[in-house]
Amino acid sequence: MKFTWFNLMPWPYLPDDFREKNRSVWVDIDQRLFDPVKSHEVYNTYLDLLEYAAECGFDAIGVNEHHQNGYGIMPSPNIIAAALSRRTKDVGLVVLGNSIALYNPPVRVAEEFAMLDCISGGRLIAGFPVGTSMDTNFCYGQIPALTREKYQEAHDLIIKAWTTRDPFAFNGRYNKLRHVNIWPRPIQQPHPPIHIPGGGSVETYDFCIDNTYSYSYLSFSGYIRAKALMDGYWKRVAERNAPDTSPYRAGFAQTICVADTDAEAEKLYKEHVDYFYNRCLHVYPGFADAPGYRTIKTIQTGALSQYAPPVGGYSKLTWKDLTEQGHVIAGSPETVRQRLEELARTLHVGNLFCLMHVGNMPREKCMYSTKLFAEKVMPKLRNVFPDYADDDRFWCHPISQVKPGSLPTEKKAMETVGAAR
Amino acid sequence: MALELKTVATPHVPVRYLEGGSGQTLVFLHGAGGALVSDIFLNKLAEKYHVYAPLLPGYGDSEECGEIRDMLDVTLHSWDVIEALRLKNPILVGHSMGGMIAAEMAAIAPHDVTRLGLICPAGLWRDDHPIPDLFATMPFEMPRLLFHDVEAGTKLLTAGLTLSDPKFLQTYLVTNARQLGMAGKILFPIPERGLGQRLYRIRAKTILVWGDSDKLIPPVYAHGFKKGIAGSELVSIPEAGHMVTLEKSDQVIQAIGRLD
Repeated sequence: MKFTWFNLMPWPYLPDDFREKNRSVWVDIDQRLFDPVKSHEVYNTYLDLLEYAAECGFDAIGVNEHHQNGYGIMPSPNIIAAALSRRTKDVGLVVLGNSIALYNPPVRVAEEFAMLDCISGGRLIAGFPVGTSMDTNFCYGQIPALTREKYQEAHDLIIKAWTTRDPFAFNGRYNKLRHVNIWPRPIQQPHPPIHIPGGGSVETYDFCIDNTYSYSYLSFSGYIRAKALMDGYWKRVAERNAPDTSPYRAGFAQTICVADTDAEAEKLYKEHVDYFYNRCLHVYPGFADAPGYRTIKTIQTGALSQYAPPVGGYSKLTWKDLTEQGHVIAGSPETVRQRLEELARTLHVGNLFCLMHVGNMPREKCMYSTKLFAEKVMPKLRNVFPDYADDDRFWCHPISQVKPGSLPTEKKAMETVGAAR
Repeated sequence: MALELKTVATPHVPVRYLEGGSGQTLVFLHGAGGALVSDIFLNKLAEKYHVYAPLLPGYGDSEECGEIRDMLDVTLHSWDVIEALRLKNPILVGHSMGGMIAAEMAAIAPHDVTRLGLICPAGLWRDDHPIPDLFATMPFEMPRLLFHDVEAGTKLLTAGLTLSDPKFLQTYLVTNARQLGMAGKILFPIPERGLGQRLYRIRAKTILVWGDSDKLIPPVYAHGFKKGIAGSELVSIPEAGHMVTLEKSDQVIQAIGRLD
């Protein structure tokens, strides 16, 4: 198993009556609720926590991209990843965004990801989400029915930019570029591994299978509800005769809270979980799926946006409901281990995105949970899939790291350049 | 005479269209909600005109068309349909999104359209009067935007709908995704594709029809069109909303009659 400590960077100061007084946490959220001065501490705390997770031994630390959103104040994951690349070493950097349909031209993404790969010494794991309808359509104005086509073109351009050694012309529908010739280019060859977050679109399954990308389901509703969707993915892998069923072809995000005992977990984390489900996921249903964003084929499979709230809404779910139904995996290290093993086996998932920071959780509690997880849970789950222990197709391949903060000697620099060739 | 649903081949895609009635030839371009054989307005229109109402690709049971991506594609496609139907200089009428398309057609081929009816057309934008976001509007919120008489409008819109049935809901969502997905190519996120700077090219005799209490495209937009199209005439209809075609069918048809 590969463990990524994944942070959404929620705004922790949404008021108690947020749900009642605000239509949506996303798109048209009241900007007055954001306090730039307080955000200085919030951002730096979140950066500290990511760095702490790296120290604790997580395989990677992960960031993502959202816009106009109270639960994700990270419109540019590249900025965060750049900060992290300097203050960490050895740990993988999962940047599960850029939403490539949003950038004109998307060579900017090819360039910035290349920079991140170079600065971090080949530690980048790149993510290309199509993006939620809220971000892609409602905030960034992409036409719903053309989003996927634009995404595909952006992908083709980025891969070509990464893998072609001579300047080339790219005559796309959305990108007309006479000279593509990115400088720098990534360390990892032919390019950094790619993870694609998805919400059940058949087209995304196929895209991952065709390109040997890992399919990640970033769910907030937990592993039990995810079963049908992930079964759909694996069924597709079988139908398409993929060469293997490596669990590293898939990733899954799960909210996890660890304490000494199950009872302590409830006591410590209940309010933060409640904050997340009742404030951070308060999305106006009209923003959940712009018509045309989701393909007909996908709607027919019954996969609808997870942002369309469940019947009755999250507010009715108690701690018991949330944990028993698997939305949240919480409890003692042993409880968490058991449930995560069940998750890994039932979903057949090798890349786990651990949502260890939840809602308005303060730094100390998050560090406590993170440390317990790293020390008492992670080691016992490392080898859930021994048959695929050597499968490194979906993971980064760092070069030997320079010491942060010190310029390499000329000799060392020559070695580094040599290793990248 | 009842309307019939027929098919005509065009270069990109077979097109479904409604046809019926007799009289002068009139082409009607529907709004984002589409058009049905049972459409009250079209059936009344067919009592006076020989009506052709083509469905945009993706609407009703018509095929979608990946090649149609932007305003120019939609405009030229609509001319392809007229050509495929072998119509010469029909009265061209469009409602809402259809009005936007009709105005573009008249601007791009000013010598081929001599009579133009625009019923609360989309296509212009004013920052001081932003049009509600149709694509983020929940179905239950629509009647308020579309009708003067919200209660009667709700009944009209929800007749025969059983959204609690999951199977029906899926069909509804698929239809919505196909239709509004297509409409989004020219209306999302802001229904403005440069028409304002082309309106001066329109030479047709033009009648603008607007419901006084249109909340989707407020009547303030009528003035933009009136100013942009030389010699155009505005007929505003009291106690009618955006679906003025349904709420005041006879008055709309009477207004279009000024083009005869």
